[in-house]
Amino acid sequence: MDPGWLTTALILLPAAGALVVWIVPLRPFAVGSTALLVALAEVALWVDAAARFDFDQGGLQLAQQQSWFSDLNVSYHVGFYGFSMWLVGLTVVVLAAAIGYAVWAGRERPRAYYGLMLLLTGAIVGVFVAQDLLLFYVFWEAMLVPLYFLVGVWGGAGRLRATLVFVIYTMAGSLLMLASIIVLGLSQGTFDLVQSGTNGSDWIFLGFVAAFAVKAPIFPLHAWLPEAYRESSPEVSAVLSGVVSKVAAFGFLRIAIAKFPGPTADLRTPILVLAACGLVYGSLLAFRSPDLRGVIAYSSLAQMGLITLGLFAVNDLGLNGAVLQMVNHGLISATLFLLAGAIERRTTTGELGALGGMARGRPALATVLMTTGVIALAVPGSAAFAGEFAILAGVFRTGYGYAIVGAAAMVLAAMYMLRLISAVLHRSPGPSVSEAALDLRPAELTVIVPLVALLLVLSAWPAAITERSFASSPPIPNKGSVIATTEAGQLLMLSKELAERGQSP
Amino acid sequence: MILLALATPPIDWAAIAPPLALLAATGVNLLVAVLVPRGDRRVVAAYVALAGFAGALVAAAILFDQTPDGHGVIADAIQRDRLGAFTAMIIAGSGILAIGTSYREPMSDDHIAEYYALLASAGAGMVFLATASNLITLFLGLEWFSISLYILCAIDRELVGSLEAGLKYLIVGGFGSAMLLFGSALVYGATGAIEFDRIAQVVQQQGLSDDALLVTGLALMIGGLGFKASAAPFHMWTPDVYEGAPTPVTAFMSAATKAVALVLMLRVLVTAFPQEARLWTVTVAAIACASLAVGNLAALVQRNVKRMLAYSSISHAGFMLIAIAANNALGARALLYYLVPYCAMSVGAFAVVAARERELNRPVTLDNLAGFGWERPLLGVSMVAFMLGFAGFPLTGGFVGKFYVFSAAYEHGWTWLVIVGVAATAVSLYYYLGVIRAMYFRPSEELQLAPVAGGSPPPERALQAAVTAALVVTVGSFFAVQPLIDAAKKAASSLPF
Repeated sequence: MDPGWLTTALILLPAAGALVVWIVPLRPFAVGSTALLVALAEVALWVDAAARFDFDQGGLQLAQQQSWFSDLNVSYHVGFYGFSMWLVGLTVVVLAAAIGYAVWAGRERPRAYYGLMLLLTGAIVGVFVAQDLLLFYVFWEAMLVPLYFLVGVWGGAGRLRATLVFVIYTMAGSLLMLASIIVLGLSQGTFDLVQSGTNGSDWIFLGFVAAFAVKAPIFPLHAWLPEAYRESSPEVSAVLSGVVSKVAAFGFLRIAIAKFPGPTADLRTPILVLAACGLVYGSLLAFRSPDLRGVIAYSSLAQMGLITLGLFAVNDLGLNGAVLQMVNHGLISATLFLLAGAIERRTTTGELGALGGMARGRPALATVLMTTGVIALAVPGSAAFAGEFAILAGVFRTGYGYAIVGAAAMVLAAMYMLRLISAVLHRSPGPSVSEAALDLRPAELTVIVPLVALLLVLSAWPAAITERSFASSPPIPNKGSVIATTEAGQLLMLSKELAERGQSP
Repeated sequence: MILLALATPPIDWAAIAPPLALLAATGVNLLVAVLVPRGDRRVVAAYVALAGFAGALVAAAILFDQTPDGHGVIADAIQRDRLGAFTAMIIAGSGILAIGTSYREPMSDDHIAEYYALLASAGAGMVFLATASNLITLFLGLEWFSISLYILCAIDRELVGSLEAGLKYLIVGGFGSAMLLFGSALVYGATGAIEFDRIAQVVQQQGLSDDALLVTGLALMIGGLGFKASAAPFHMWTPDVYEGAPTPVTAFMSAATKAVALVLMLRVLVTAFPQEARLWTVTVAAIACASLAVGNLAALVQRNVKRMLAYSSISHAGFMLIAIAANNALGARALLYYLVPYCAMSVGAFAVVAARERELNRPVTLDNLAGFGWERPLLGVSMVAFMLGFAGFPLTGGFVGKFYVFSAAYEHGWTWLVIVGVAATAVSLYYYLGVIRAMYFRPSEELQLAPVAGGSPPPERALQAAVTAALVVTVGSFFAVQPLIDAAKKAASSLPF
């Protein structure tokens, strides 16, 4: 039987769950449990999909296609590549954790809230599996609507401004992408991502890059980031920085690099420079940030810069490292935001100056935060180390300057993470930390520990992802022209082409 | 007996069945106004009008099915084709939704039957106009529905601003009609023909395409139709009239008037003036840009929701004019598709405003929408869908409509117009999302309002049904693109592309 239905089911299951939650008048507790069950079922569905996916063969699998409107050749076309499998895995796990955390923390208007969280899950999965440009855009925008409500209704005191800035930034980017999609799709005669060939227009390329660069965000388009991450409820921040930013990186990989080899070659130096700037600038801001969420938010900016470096290295190491690092950072920042939420619940503040000494008498919190923090600062042997090492090795071939900047940023990462850990756990207890502030409760641990456990598994076995993102023996149809279908081999050909053009300094 | 000596053309009754159904409803409702006891008039008149619009819808659907090839009927005064039938269906659908919205409108019983009679009569005029194929029927249809609407705007004498709205609409609309008439006269003077296709023939045969008389006439005609479509710079009446008129009338006007004006503009320009395409495509594109700029920028600062929606309708006229300016088959398809979700969203949004208005008994502003979404979940969610649809978000037909419009502009080779449209969409997000923000992000405790005496009004089944239907069309047109586009394609094939 064609397993393509699994892909559709991964999109529709949470959407259907959202409708059930909205329409059936359940009691608040039942609403949360239903949502959590759906999210867990989604994880199970993903495990099934991953089990059926043949990582050695590569290529588009679990695909399903259905014409949507034929006169412009737009279709509902979904399917998985190796790397999108991992990103969908990240999505379903983080969303399940976020919903679990919300169930534990309790949210007002639960029916609306959990419905939106489930809808968000379906939309994000949709972006990762869409194989049609217009469908990609549909899911991309569909993602924004639940986020708008989640931040705007359940956010903190500054939520109105935060959502406004967030929406203006992202929509400005998205609409430029829409223009690019129309021009690209009509000039190709199809909107299908698999069928369509490459394009050489710098302007169309920049339209896509604008959307992805805002969403990631890439320096200097990050102005929406601190407020959105601070004003959201912790689990929404976890989703924003853990998953939504990866959607942008995925876009770089799947569309910007794969479909625009020429413009990538022309314009990647400025992109690499901006990514490197973001890496250093984000790290410095994270080091100076006065509150927990600020540190995590700016570290997210830095990490997205690093991932972009890896992607635009456009070689084997860089791409593999970038995919691994996307998953790593997704898990790390989600864990950290959930922990920040847990800490804020206990102390009513995220100000680092008012915290401190929380390790004493709170062993679970200390262990979990310490473990995550140490992985985040890329201590050798951790998953993040593997990812960053591969990225730096990859980008070294493009230009050693980028690798030096990246290596320096790793030191900065150690500085801000250790500062965060010591400000929360060590020193003498801060004014907001009372004896009554409890250790992590079992419910919180059941949400957070699986994320940390996954990070430990990846630390032990990073090759699980790096060797299974791009097919190892790709078909190379003809040597002369690059027909990009985001296969590693074709991307490698692309990198050769780039090298031949003398782009490597 | 001179009358007998006049040769009467054979009459294709099927071709004029939609307007006849509505005219019948008008006639019956005028009798209802006299014969039915005052207490029952509201119900009876509404049902009669509903029957009229439903009959027109069914007749138009049959006509659409039965007319694969368009041809002139009744001495070529009107065109029996799928374009007209498609437009008639949109108008009749909007009319049905408008009746649902009107049902509990707090109007005095004095003129309630006349109200529905005029609504049906306006619908009849529009349906007739959509089939017009010469300059006489064009003007006749235009005045027919306009005069009905002038009265409808002013019909609620107890509503502050209603009379003012009617008067403004009368004067400015009269000016627009005069422009159209003058333009028609000049075109007739230049070509000696009144049928649209004859005008094109004569222009080609005699090489008139640069004739000053003809071009002036064309410009005036575009202006006259621009008034009805409320496109900038012919939009000045729109905010005042939309704000002052009874909300159900505004709902009907914003949907049906715009639909018929734009379809007719497409029909006239494409069939009568193909040789002048290089002139009018640029002109229409310029009007589109002006509408997008004026509508979007002015909507940003509105606090009154009806005014905001009025400016939004100006900007949507701009989007749809882009499709006309594209002057290709894709553009015609784009326009016809766009109208379906647009009309649903437009009537739906005004219906929600009407519901809030009746709750508060005062004009609806962004401030007094606070908490509305949580209090009335169905209306709130629907309003979110309408606003997202206006803004062109996916999961609504508004997105596909914009996509088609931009595609048409690109196919014409006008990438810059795509960029203008995209920029306008970006600006429009601020006020569309502002409505959502007002409804959901602010708790109703912030709202300092004395409750209306007697508590909140009873749930309005008719209005809820209309809003639900609009919601279904808005969302459904996103998923069912293929059948709608097929229908639009068939309708557009009546035009010579």
